[in-house]
Amino acid sequence: MSGAIRRNASWLLPALALLLLLGMWQLYVEITGVSSLVLPSPHDVLRALVNDRGTLLRNLSRTALEIVCGILVAVAFGFAAAVLIHYSTLARRALYPLLVASQAVPVVILAPVLVLWLNFGLRPVLILIALVCFFPIVVTTLAGFETVDPELLKLMVTFDASRWQRFRRVELPSAMPGLLTGIKLAAVFSVIGAVFGEQDSGSGSGLGYLLNATLNNLEPAEAFATVCVLSAFAILLFVLLTVAERRMLPWAYQMKEIQSR
Amino acid sequence: MISVQDVSLVFTGRRDHEGVRALDSVSLEVGSGEIVAVVGPSGCGKTTLLELICGLQKPDSGSVESAPAALMPQRDLLLPWLSAADNACLALRVRGVNRSDSLALVKPWFERLGLSGFEQTRPAQLSGGMRQRVSFVRTLLAGKPVLALDEPFAALDALTRAEMQQWLGTALAAEEQPRTVVLVTHDVEEAALLGDRIVVMSPRPGRVIADITVGLPRPRTRTDPAVVALREQVLGLLGAPV
Repeated sequence: MSGAIRRNASWLLPALALLLLLGMWQLYVEITGVSSLVLPSPHDVLRALVNDRGTLLRNLSRTALEIVCGILVAVAFGFAAAVLIHYSTLARRALYPLLVASQAVPVVILAPVLVLWLNFGLRPVLILIALVCFFPIVVTTLAGFETVDPELLKLMVTFDASRWQRFRRVELPSAMPGLLTGIKLAAVFSVIGAVFGEQDSGSGSGLGYLLNATLNNLEPAEAFATVCVLSAFAILLFVLLTVAERRMLPWAYQMKEIQSR
Repeated sequence: MISVQDVSLVFTGRRDHEGVRALDSVSLEVGSGEIVAVVGPSGCGKTTLLELICGLQKPDSGSVESAPAALMPQRDLLLPWLSAADNACLALRVRGVNRSDSLALVKPWFERLGLSGFEQTRPAQLSGGMRQRVSFVRTLLAGKPVLALDEPFAALDALTRAEMQQWLGTALAAEEQPRTVVLVTHDVEEAALLGDRIVVMSPRPGRVIADITVGLPRPRTRTDPAVVALREQVLGLLGAPV
């Protein structure tokens, strides 16, 4: 019994805290009578969620497609870049500082430029998302490669392992937890990329577009509903990736558990 | 089997111009099937000597000739994502043996070394002694005539270490084709228990200061007066108070 409570407590307490916050919010709106144009009540937002579910889902499907494709592109390029930087001292010296410096450029200001180059539509949004996700994937994958013990590679040499075998049997699996951490971070950042991309690309659909449109139409409850859906999607993606990580890399979890004991 | 002739090696430091003189005209001959224990204080170049034998380093001067050697490192360095049996298979898989054939080759070794029933266990859930045995099987199955063991039991507690020394002796004796073994250790007792010969090295720069042929029968026990005398002789050479 107490075990069940403890197991549930990990999500039960945050859920209660969330309900409490929503209750305080509702109460504040009702007591102060603040205009729903300034601050819609949770009840208004819930109503908007229900009433606009068709519109929300249609736009979500568009944003979800952009995000998933954007992350996949970022994984492909990010992983390739990490391998290149890991193996080539020249690439590391030439590219890594640029990569780090590039993070000082707010990716969102690139959105209009991308639209200028690539025209309206899916492509600029997708590329913007991929750009936002690229850096965390490169950095965490590189960190994964760096966890490889050099002694282990020496051992592989005495087993006559070729460069490729050392990569496939030792370095690649070592980098996997890093790569997955990167993808999880990317999932969170991707939503930011999607919102800014859709607002600037004039794509005419997607939750970022919807957010902009509802705010311009003075429909804050609908705007809040859009934010809710967007956040729920990001959280769902993160949870799915965490589950996938546990399934695919149980050994990394075992090690963490043992270390924390 | 192994012929190290007048080898010197200096590690050039990045900033200091001198560098570290790791080995100073070291010569060592190891015959086929011999177990040679190399003892010496920390930093006397024992590991460097092993790396030279394994072809992982090149000497600055002198020559190193050796039949192909497989390394067993001080830390087990098992791959955390593989089961114990798959870890033991690693060298075989690298050589292109398929997985089921590799596992079949691993099985008798797991039985012999008390690892039966732990085939599917990941390294993180094995004890230090068990991990070290898996690591030993992995090196053994690399199929190299020479085994280069680099302080294989140094990371273990005293009790487990004593146990491991015993089975190493048994495991080496159990092989049809006796392996040539270079065992690097700073444990003088281990050298006296396992070695056919004991090579004593000086502190840095490493030089061979004695090469003792051990004529004692096996299996040896650490309380055997001859083993105790040998241990004291080597400790004396190393300059330790006896």
